[in-house]
Amino acid sequence: MMIKFVLMVNRQGQTRLSRYYQPVELSRRAALEADVVRCCLSRRKEQVPEGHTSCGSAAAPLRLLSLRPLCPQCSFVEYRDFKLVYRQYAALYIVVGVTDAENELSIYELVHNFVEVLDKYFSRVSELDIMFNLDKVHIILDEMIQNGHIVETNKTRVLAPLTALDKMADG
Amino acid sequence: MSDVVEKTLTALPSLLSLDPQPGSAKLSSTSKLGNLIRGITELTSKHEEEKLIQHELASIKDQVSSPNTSMRQMKELMVRAIYCESLGYEASFTYIHAIKLAQQGTALEKRVGYLAVSLFLNESHELLLLLVNTVLKDLQSTNLIEVCMALTVVSQMFPKDMIPAILPLVEEKLNHPKEIIRRKAVLALYKFYLIAPNQVQHIHNKFRKALCDKDPGVMTASLHIYLQMIQENPEGYKDLTASFVTILKQVVGGKLPMDFNYHSVPAPWLQIQLLRILALLGKNDQSASAVMYEVLDESLRRAEMNHNITYAILYECVKCIYTIHPKSDLLEKAAKCIGNFVLSPKINLKYLGLKALTYVVQQDPRLALQHQMTIIECLDHSDLIIKRETLELLFRITNAQNVVVIVEKMLEFLRVNTDDYTTIDLVGKVAELAEKYAPDNEWFIETMSTVFSVGGDMMQPDIPNSFLKLLSEGFDSVEEDRKLRLFAVDSYITLLQKEPGKLPQRFLQVISWVLGEYSHLKDELEPTVVLKLLAKLLDMKHTSSETKSWILMAMTKLCEGGAEVSVVREVSETYSSSMDTVLRQRAHELQYLSQDSELRAKVLLRDNGLRPLEVDSSLSFLDGFVSEALAAGAAPYKPPHQRQEELAQAKALSLEPYGLSLPMSMSSCSITDRQSPTLLSMSSGLSGDSAEISHKGGSTSLKLDGVKRVWGREGYLPQRAAVEEAAQVEVPCTLRSPSQQGDADSSHSQTPTSTPTPTEPDPEKQQLASLFFGLSSQSSVCLMGKPEPTPHRFRRKAKGVTDPTSSSLISTPSNVEKLLCNNLLDSNIASELAVSSAKQITELPQGLKTASCDVEAELTDIADIKQNNPSLIVDNGIVAAADEDPDRPKDLCLISHLPAELSELCHSEITPLCTIQSLVLSACHLQKEDSLVLAVFISNSSDSALQHIVLDLDSEQLEVSCVSDSPAEDFRGHSVVVYQYSLTVKRPSIHVSIEGTVSFQLPGEAPQAAQFSYKLPLTIFIRPLTVSTEEYGTMWLSFSHDTKQNLTLIGDGQEALTATLNVLKQKLQLHVVEIIGQEGILSCRLLQDQPCLMHCRVHAGTLAVWLRSPVPDLPDCLIYHCQRALQEY
Repeated sequence: MMIKFVLMVNRQGQTRLSRYYQPVELSRRAALEADVVRCCLSRRKEQVPEGHTSCGSAAAPLRLLSLRPLCPQCSFVEYRDFKLVYRQYAALYIVVGVTDAENELSIYELVHNFVEVLDKYFSRVSELDIMFNLDKVHIILDEMIQNGHIVETNKTRVLAPLTALDKMADG
Repeated sequence: MSDVVEKTLTALPSLLSLDPQPGSAKLSSTSKLGNLIRGITELTSKHEEEKLIQHELASIKDQVSSPNTSMRQMKELMVRAIYCESLGYEASFTYIHAIKLAQQGTALEKRVGYLAVSLFLNESHELLLLLVNTVLKDLQSTNLIEVCMALTVVSQMFPKDMIPAILPLVEEKLNHPKEIIRRKAVLALYKFYLIAPNQVQHIHNKFRKALCDKDPGVMTASLHIYLQMIQENPEGYKDLTASFVTILKQVVGGKLPMDFNYHSVPAPWLQIQLLRILALLGKNDQSASAVMYEVLDESLRRAEMNHNITYAILYECVKCIYTIHPKSDLLEKAAKCIGNFVLSPKINLKYLGLKALTYVVQQDPRLALQHQMTIIECLDHSDLIIKRETLELLFRITNAQNVVVIVEKMLEFLRVNTDDYTTIDLVGKVAELAEKYAPDNEWFIETMSTVFSVGGDMMQPDIPNSFLKLLSEGFDSVEEDRKLRLFAVDSYITLLQKEPGKLPQRFLQVISWVLGEYSHLKDELEPTVVLKLLAKLLDMKHTSSETKSWILMAMTKLCEGGAEVSVVREVSETYSSSMDTVLRQRAHELQYLSQDSELRAKVLLRDNGLRPLEVDSSLSFLDGFVSEALAAGAAPYKPPHQRQEELAQAKALSLEPYGLSLPMSMSSCSITDRQSPTLLSMSSGLSGDSAEISHKGGSTSLKLDGVKRVWGREGYLPQRAAVEEAAQVEVPCTLRSPSQQGDADSSHSQTPTSTPTPTEPDPEKQQLASLFFGLSSQSSVCLMGKPEPTPHRFRRKAKGVTDPTSSSLISTPSNVEKLLCNNLLDSNIASELAVSSAKQITELPQGLKTASCDVEAELTDIADIKQNNPSLIVDNGIVAAADEDPDRPKDLCLISHLPAELSELCHSEITPLCTIQSLVLSACHLQKEDSLVLAVFISNSSDSALQHIVLDLDSEQLEVSCVSDSPAEDFRGHSVVVYQYSLTVKRPSIHVSIEGTVSFQLPGEAPQAAQFSYKLPLTIFIRPLTVSTEEYGTMWLSFSHDTKQNLTLIGDGQEALTATLNVLKQKLQLHVVEIIGQEGILSCRLLQDQPCLMHCRVHAGTLAVWLRSPVPDLPDCLIYHCQRALQEY
């Protein structure tokens, strides 16, 4: 059981961040990502987000939309021979590809933990924070997931190396 | 422009001008990166994106190569390049600069350099070698942050060959005072373990130290290694069970610092990891499981908080409880838990519940029964994944009673499904179920037709393959075969008469083959009609040339001369000028064969299914080609199912590279079945697959014997009429609490309708309850552990000539053994039974006179097998004595008649062969280093001399050559002559036998003759073969016949492999070439010089054995004897 990739995609289907834990050729990634996004977005139709006035903006803080879905949808999608676990924050989707044996719900919560870590670091993280600090988001993710396995979930410890680097730059 | 983008743009300047928030980057809106990001958010089309990125890449290219670029700028360039790559545009020119940045940068710049390297390069990229020095330097740095970075990148990717260079440094870090360094060092070692396990074998004790580390983070990191190692060899880590339990107890009990909590649940992911480890350790191990019960119970209790993450833990806990040795009250709680999941309105939980149920029903099908209404509702759920998971669940509980309904549900889903992967997967499952449980011919053919129509050209080629194989090989009843084939013909003719244009190519191919082969079974069907239908297919636009060639083949089979010639002539003329060479060839064949009926009869044998064809199923004639190609670096062949499996669990594979001295292709060949690529070949691969599947099913099933049944309701849903069920199926809805269940039970027995039901299930759903037929408690008992209760309709015939004999061989000796153990001295019964078994074995009609001789030989044979068990030999002696009354010293006498050079050798028991009047024939065999000698003693107990003695030996499997000078044809009374024969194996078989006749004449009387037979186990022809590992490697590649099987290990722990191999060495005279870690290679030869190689690997508690030899059947025979040897041990 393992994580195959982590994607951050916005509603237009543009990739904001991608991290693969199994080699996928660059040329095939774009198609895969588009496909994955299509899979997840196509399930959104019946959902009407509350207070959708601000959720389209990349500057909006990432918070889990309190959706009142007309028809409840599963956050897990079967895709090829593996599963996708996705979660929507404002206009941003975080999609994780996992093998079939993985515990989807634990990954679902891992995504939230990741967002909470980002929130702690950026204080009210928004899509723009992620775009402008792509390197740091990657560094945070690297602390949490390695080789497709969850290696650290303790927020303080996840952020420790990055905060140390920031201090070095400041000092 | 969409309003979303507009909003973003209006927000952008204000955001950028804001005071930088803590941690957020200080970027001016004019920076290059800012420009790029703005550009990206403004994109509206793919075309624009491409333009923007190409421009960006050009600009990056300019700057990276400029010598004036500072490291700070370089860092920004890298981030831009990462952007470009994540949008799918290659920026390979920056790779080398990323390495440079990691080397020369400081702090964040360096980290970004490492990051870029890990994002850009894959593990086999050659540039990675340039990173080694940088890593080496950073590992030795006094700056902890740099050490951290280096360890992080090492645990992400590192060239395998360079591990020794940094391993000591990483090991040193395990003792570092800072927890983060120790933690990262453990993770780096985990990476090494993944890519090169033998490189870190010597530091296993350090893993244990990490597990006991005072810091929970370091301990957590070490669990990754343990999970991996325990997966590979659970036996080796049983002693740690108590430690893992203690750790979990502490975590669950909230002993970790607060910052490990997530939404006030203590370290949930750590708990999940520990539960996975416990499941592996407790599987099939009662004592290990007993240690866990308490903590599992506590986990279940603690996780009652209403949050997703506690459900995730619960799911893992339930899985663990159902994997380990069962404990009834835990099972009860776990079942309740699953019930809550399945019934939950939260869809994610429902999904997880179904998934848990799918896992659990393999152990306890009754649980599905309990939730049948929910399951039926899920089938109609609006969410596809819920439906899909439900079908998966149904697939697991399918049996002969509910197969029709379940397959119908699956086909329903297939008809609306648009996803190719799902189609391929489901179609395969339907085909499997249809083949296994088909209630009748019509249903089977119709279901397969739907499979072919829906599965189309996407499905795995082995589905049509195995279908045609099934049709052609037939089953046990000739009449049934005929009916099935006839029905197929009927149904296909109807299909072709309707709209053949819609049928997929694969299906057309199946149809043409069936019609070509079997339409003659239908008497009233004119070949012309079939031919015309086929000709119509040829004219269709979409028919591929592959299909066309199938059709032409079918026509060739059908054309018997006569009225149909005109159709055929037209077709063959059209295609004999085809551009496609294959079609042209087929057309010519058709033309000639339709004109020459004599030739046709010779080429196309009808009903060849009855007579097994000699087919070289292993394609050994291609071996030269294959080994050349392999030597030239070609990838070894893998059958499709394995490739898919590998895709699915790619990470789980290739973790255990072979020792250095083995040829590398050997490890990559791994476990491949030889499967013939062509349709309809008589390959054995397919049947091998099905055996594998059933084996898998058997091994994962949990034995619940003796466990209290809590949910099963006696007699629930036996096969009653659907009307009666209407009342019954309501009950499960109310089964949420045990007390209610009791109520429902009692009320049900009197007035079923009085049961309080929240909703009235509609009739359709009630009918669907037949999904759960056969799951009622009675039949489900059989479902567990034991073989399938209902006989499979389409049981394949055993293939090949040797198979039926070998299978009877496996069973019969055990019967005889039983006899021996019971020590039935009554020779009549003994001989009767043995005669019947002997007949099965030899399958030769034999006269009563010789039958008793057979008994003797048979018994000796057992003595041979049981050589190490002296008591049995004695038993055997007694049995023989009852019949023959040989006095023991006689044996010694006989031996003394052997020539001097033979009498020194160890000889087998002397076995009487037959007695005819005063003539007694007996035999023994003697093992020489390079040969096997059979000595036949003829003793004449009469007073008169015998004349014209002729002894004839013959064997199907053996080459028998006489070595002694033929003794005189006449010999005196009261004397013994010895005939010596040298035996070598012609055709290996598990046991080999020699048939013989002896004839002689007493003076003045008519000649007399007697027949006898002598059986030998193949093992006595086996000698060790001394080769080096290298020689082994080259030989291995060149051998074409192979077989694979899992054998039981002897003993456990680390020494199991050595112990097991020693037994094989001792009992079968195999030569152990080398043992490397968990693998061993052995070799032997069959007299004279027919080598056979064996490769063993300890895997999941069993010994995975793979045998290869240039001699057909040798691997199969040897594996049988290995199995025997280990069983007897």
